[in-house]
Amino acid sequence: EKMERRQSSKTSKQPLQVRHENQTDLSAWRKGGKTDPEKSVRNRRSPSDQKNDSKQDSLEQALSYFEKVQDHVSLKKNDVLQKHLSTVERIALQRGLPPEAFDVLLNVALSGQLADTVNTRLVKSLIPASVIPENSVVSSVSWLCVSKCSANIQLLFLRWLITVFDFIDHKEQLHALYGFFFSFLQDEKMCPYVCHLLYLLTRKESVKPFRVRRLLDLQAKVGMQSYLQALLSLYKLFCPELVTITLPGKMKTYFKNSEGPWKAAMNTVRQRNQENSPLSQPLFLGTSQPQSRKRKWNTQLIIPASSTNKNNLEEDREKNCVDLYSTNESLPVEKLQTFSQLLQNIHCLEFPSQMGSVLTNPLLLHYMNCIKDESIYLRLYYWMGQTLQEECSWCVADNNRYEEEFKDFLDTVYKAECFLQEGFSACEEFLYKSLPLWDGSCCRSQILRLVSQIPLSNFSEMKSYLYDPLAQLFFTSSLYFKCSVLESLKELLQNWLNWHVVNLDSESDSQAHSLNTTLSGLVNVVAELIHFVGQISTVALRLENNSTLLLYFILDFYETVCDTYLRYNLPLLIMPPAGVFYPALLSMDSVSLNQLCYIMYRYRTNLVAAKENELTKKKILQFRFSSQTYQEYNQYTIAMVSCLWTSSAFQKDIHPQGLCMDDELLKKTAVQEFRTSFNIVYHPAMMGYAVLFLQQGWPDDTTFNFGLIKVRFLVKTGNFQQLCRRGRGLKGLKVFIESSINRISQAS
Amino acid sequence: DPQRTAFLLRKRWTLYSVTPLYGFSSARLRDYARMLSAFIAAEKQKGLAVEVGVELDIKVAVSSLPDLKGSDQDQAAILVQLSSRSPASLKNSEEKLVWSGWFCSVIGDALSQDVPHDFTCLPLFLVNGAESYTSIVGSWFQKTFDCCFRRLAISPLNLSWMAAMWTGCKVDKTASAMELVFSAPCLPQPLDISYAIHPEDAKALWDTVQKTPGEITQEEVDIFMDCLYSHFHRHFKIHLSATKLVKVSTAIASAHCDGIIKFLQSQYLTGVLMLLTELAISQIQ
Repeated sequence: EKMERRQSSKTSKQPLQVRHENQTDLSAWRKGGKTDPEKSVRNRRSPSDQKNDSKQDSLEQALSYFEKVQDHVSLKKNDVLQKHLSTVERIALQRGLPPEAFDVLLNVALSGQLADTVNTRLVKSLIPASVIPENSVVSSVSWLCVSKCSANIQLLFLRWLITVFDFIDHKEQLHALYGFFFSFLQDEKMCPYVCHLLYLLTRKESVKPFRVRRLLDLQAKVGMQSYLQALLSLYKLFCPELVTITLPGKMKTYFKNSEGPWKAAMNTVRQRNQENSPLSQPLFLGTSQPQSRKRKWNTQLIIPASSTNKNNLEEDREKNCVDLYSTNESLPVEKLQTFSQLLQNIHCLEFPSQMGSVLTNPLLLHYMNCIKDESIYLRLYYWMGQTLQEECSWCVADNNRYEEEFKDFLDTVYKAECFLQEGFSACEEFLYKSLPLWDGSCCRSQILRLVSQIPLSNFSEMKSYLYDPLAQLFFTSSLYFKCSVLESLKELLQNWLNWHVVNLDSESDSQAHSLNTTLSGLVNVVAELIHFVGQISTVALRLENNSTLLLYFILDFYETVCDTYLRYNLPLLIMPPAGVFYPALLSMDSVSLNQLCYIMYRYRTNLVAAKENELTKKKILQFRFSSQTYQEYNQYTIAMVSCLWTSSAFQKDIHPQGLCMDDELLKKTAVQEFRTSFNIVYHPAMMGYAVLFLQQGWPDDTTFNFGLIKVRFLVKTGNFQQLCRRGRGLKGLKVFIESSINRISQAS
Repeated sequence: DPQRTAFLLRKRWTLYSVTPLYGFSSARLRDYARMLSAFIAAEKQKGLAVEVGVELDIKVAVSSLPDLKGSDQDQAAILVQLSSRSPASLKNSEEKLVWSGWFCSVIGDALSQDVPHDFTCLPLFLVNGAESYTSIVGSWFQKTFDCCFRRLAISPLNLSWMAAMWTGCKVDKTASAMELVFSAPCLPQPLDISYAIHPEDAKALWDTVQKTPGEITQEEVDIFMDCLYSHFHRHFKIHLSATKLVKVSTAIASAHCDGIIKFLQSQYLTGVLMLLTELAISQIQ
């Protein structure tokens, strides 16, 4: 009675203060129910509000009717009851019931005052609009204990409680009732539902030896029942030192048919209220994923299901004191479902018993990122190292039939590396061991992606472990393989540079791996990679007859190289070798020429910035670019400018491998006007644009007299943009010419 | 004490390498036995829960073998034994050993020195008994201590090392013959060649090859084997160097390339284990 009075006083204080702005704003149930009556009063009122208000009033009337209803009113004879009952049902289905309604309705339904048909209809309409107050559930459990209502209503109530469990606002008092629920296990009909409810309620402290024994007795009586298995495996999860169970692999659902008539209505209400009301969480019992076929027991390829490392036998031994001070409660990883849960429990999380399972669990990867614990990495290192070696499709005989599985595994590893933005050392070692045996086709894309994640270290033997085996495959494989290798090495370079940038920012962080990486060591390792790519690119261009596709991937690599100083803050600039530069300059394809121009423009920007820093001595110059870099840049630029617009090709190129040719020799080719043959009009890559330009400027001329286009004029007035206008992609050429002209005009 | 390890002799042990055990404590062997025993029961009757600590059909004993280690840095070996209790003999506690396995490390510094304290390095695992039990026990260890098991095969190169090393060992009694088994590759029917040598002849040959007593080099092993091969060729015109060495049996021990070993002399037990520990570690690292 006391509780009831309190409840009614609460209702009188806040008589369902909900004012809707319009009919669709149903989330106001929640707002109004909780706080902020003033705000809702201030809202504009409209005719539809009044309609809502009348609904409101009728629900209020219905609730106060049910609050006062007397024993055994017959439904058939009582129009008032009928009216109020249908009001409750209608509103419940439309937008759910406010928190205050539950206490009243549950009290009526479970006290057995009314006929079972009414009670059933009442329980069925208990759809929450927002939350369900814990108090109302607790008082209904007390009704359950005195069993005033019929068995059917009891069952219905339990099923309802399971379905709406996540909507209950607090659960502390409910947890205190664990023993009461447990005692309902005796009831044969209720048992499956009670198991489900206990499954939702169970915490570590609920698992007691006497309860384990009761459940095992029950198991002996009813045999293998899925609901019992589920509860027992949860017990095992919390206390493996008390009970253990192996779940059969086939099982899919553990609790049948508990959703009842509410689930659909709740979903509708939630959709209409458009709120992030709690979703009931899926069951996760930590069974291993079904294996497609029989394999050895020590196969590691199957990523273990998460299972908490509850190896706390000491606790068992010192049970008494632990029970007294059990504050260091930890959350089993199986229960970890959302990011907010991770944040709330980050202090009391435990890693799974097998570290391999973090690979497929982004939340645990997040957690791993925060916890810099050597043991965690070591466990993962051993597991991954053994798995990669044991399951490698080309290193181990007879493994090739499992190639698809191995591919999936490598994909998983790669995804985890991307997530952590960090390569696994086990994976790096695996690559070094297995690349010499690799045929270049088995799991190709996976392996090349993993190569791009090799961590940057001061490792001086990269050449023999990575570059040599890769080069062998590179030279003997197809064009497409070459392109894939180049792409993967570009990503490797970018990853290293990004890592360097991040590390510069957090230099004070005493990260284990940053300690032994000095700047000069790092510069050397990066330079070694760039030189390697330069060498294989030169050879590959010859092997593949200067393929445009290949050139694209090579120049793509240099787009990163040319910006290392400004974009990645690394005092290193390496020019492409002549074997790459000249094929690009003389390419038949405007894409390559344009890429080259862009790259040269970025080299210039980087070199100018470096020079300025050097002059102003803003920084302590531990490293300065060698004069050779500037010299090489200048030689290339002279070659480009003389080809592209000063029309002095073959004349001014001073690069030892450059385009300098004797006039006599050139005359023998019988090509007229060879000096202009590579300017931006006549260059084979630009010819198409020149034709378009002519057609626009001189629409009547059909002789294609390119002489009409004056290159110097174009360049000086900036009209070359018109020439390039049609080629939307020729931005590189544009910025290169612009920057070069600026320089000329500045100098004059 | 040779008595305490005598039960390890004259049994076929299948070899595995094991990565360091995480969170293992040798003070809790009793608890491990209880949990493993319940785990075995649960695995056998999939779907039925088993209480930990009650008497079950399969009894598990986990104990430590403190004699089996090479140095103070090594962890004491751990022995796991499964014995079956038939319901009839429950009262007179008659038990039959059905499976045994042991973890050990003899001079395993190469692994243990860089590993943090919460890891236990016992890189070599030896098993005798039904594969079904190996799989259950192995899975339990994998799940509980986050370790990985891999079969440890012995390469022909390592087998020839064993042949040379064991030939040089002194054995008191009149020893049995040294036997080398070779397998000819790429034949439709498998062809095994058994090559038996009188132990004293083998010892005499080895003594001429080995330069410094107590030290063996790869070169010496190669010379020793080449001598045996050329002797065989002289008689049978078969180049054994073109076949694969699959098994070595001496009075000390016998080893098969599939990773199976039989210890025959307790005084050389730790010596053989030292070599096997080394092989296991190289498979882990």
